[in-house]
Amino acid sequence: MNALIVFGSLLALWRLLIWALAIPKFMLPTPLEVARAAAARHSSLLTSVWITGEAAACGLIASVIVGVLIALIFAQSRWIRRMCYPYTILLQTVPIIAIAPLILMWVGPGILSVMVIAFIICLPAIIANTTQGLISVERNLIDLFLMHNAKSAELLWKLRLPHAIPSLFTGLRIASGVAVIGAIIGELFAGSSRVGEGGLGYAIQYASAQLETDYLFALVFAASALGFVFFFIIMFLEWYFLHNWHESARTADSE
Amino acid sequence: MMENREVPHIELRGVGKRFGSASPVLDGIDLTVRKGEFVSIIGPSGCGKSTILKLVAGLLPVTSGRLLVDGMTPVNAREIVSFIFQDPTLLPWRTVAENIGLALELDHSPRDSRPDKVNALLGLVGLQHVAKSYPRQLSGGMKMRVSIARALASKPRILLMDEPFAALDEMSRDRLNEELLRLRDEQKWTVLFVTHSVAEAVYLSDRIVMLAPFPGRVAHEIDVDLPFPRDAQLRSSAAMDECIGVVSKAFRGAHTL
Repeated sequence: MNALIVFGSLLALWRLLIWALAIPKFMLPTPLEVARAAAARHSSLLTSVWITGEAAACGLIASVIVGVLIALIFAQSRWIRRMCYPYTILLQTVPIIAIAPLILMWVGPGILSVMVIAFIICLPAIIANTTQGLISVERNLIDLFLMHNAKSAELLWKLRLPHAIPSLFTGLRIASGVAVIGAIIGELFAGSSRVGEGGLGYAIQYASAQLETDYLFALVFAASALGFVFFFIIMFLEWYFLHNWHESARTADSE
Repeated sequence: MMENREVPHIELRGVGKRFGSASPVLDGIDLTVRKGEFVSIIGPSGCGKSTILKLVAGLLPVTSGRLLVDGMTPVNAREIVSFIFQDPTLLPWRTVAENIGLALELDHSPRDSRPDKVNALLGLVGLQHVAKSYPRQLSGGMKMRVSIARALASKPRILLMDEPFAALDEMSRDRLNEELLRLRDEQKWTVLFVTHSVAEAVYLSDRIVMLAPFPGRVAHEIDVDLPFPRDAQLRSSAAMDECIGVVSKAFRGAHTL
């Protein structure tokens, strides 16, 4: 409720600024003009959201699969971690904007390279958090399994993997936020196979080139909303899988 | 069974343990536990009490000396040994019943026999009413009961207990002490029990082994001449007080050694 009041006040402030400073429409449209642009072109707006959402989701899912596999390898030995972990950090610090053109060149323009960019931007958070979850199992729990002469497969399935799930979700929460950003960055470079139709990144570029500032704003809001949806889906999944037993999900539950 | 009592169930001969190049944690430990005996190890912090249990469990290798469990190497003897840790070591994502079932799963006991066994174990420790609860919903004492039930699921003949009740309030600790004795009376395990508490050691044990620190070594062995079965009344008896006095005095001696 409070969030709604803040939202309303911000809209009012926005409208007031335009009136007070006499800002022209192509610089900053009014909230109403943005809403009208969104309504008038809702079908292409939804298409853009859908395309970007799809690419971001595919990149995110791929990063979970690959990230968990890499984390499993990292969890095998401290030696492997020492050797490979710096590259995960490197992956995180390389500006995605700078390598996006390279990926386009290698993968080719189109949705696949957008997915690859979303995937790369999601990957470090998944690897780092899942690895941490896999290796931070209490010594006594491992000893308990050893007392039963448990095989390493049993240790993995019954102890390490379930223990890593809360950490995986921490990684997923971070990744879900950046997945959409990654996809949009990819689309800024990848363009579209059809004129006038593409993901949010493409549409944003197109609208800004055409000085359709009202629609541009609608696209930006849609992009934020898409990020929210991703975040809330992850939050829901986290609650669903963890609320029975994990403290972090319990507190979210009781709020 | 009487003739078996003379066969050492756990035998340490000149056992030493050091980690890397650090000074030894244990040095020249001689300790014999007969079948069915309840032996407590007490001593100040850092004297290697828990390390002895880990050696007997085969979770750590001995550096020197000889250690046999039921005539076998510790690792080979694991099938007849259960370890109860200081914390309950429950899997938080499993319910109470599933946590107890874990021992049966890891021991590859037949799948269709598991529910009945789990139920019997829940009954044994009085936890049927929380079978479907998760560990986070239980009190410390209840979690420890689950841990004990899980340890008993493997039908152990030797129990290694590493300060299992140290984190509990005194009331829960006393109750669990009494239940432990009751269960031992039924199941006749050999127990090696590590504790800080002289009173707990006296109440539970046939014999108390006192360690002195730096390096950990046996300072005293004291037989507890209190008759079994022991019940709550014994706690307030003069015989118990006297016994605690004797052990405490020796304990102070070991401390200043």
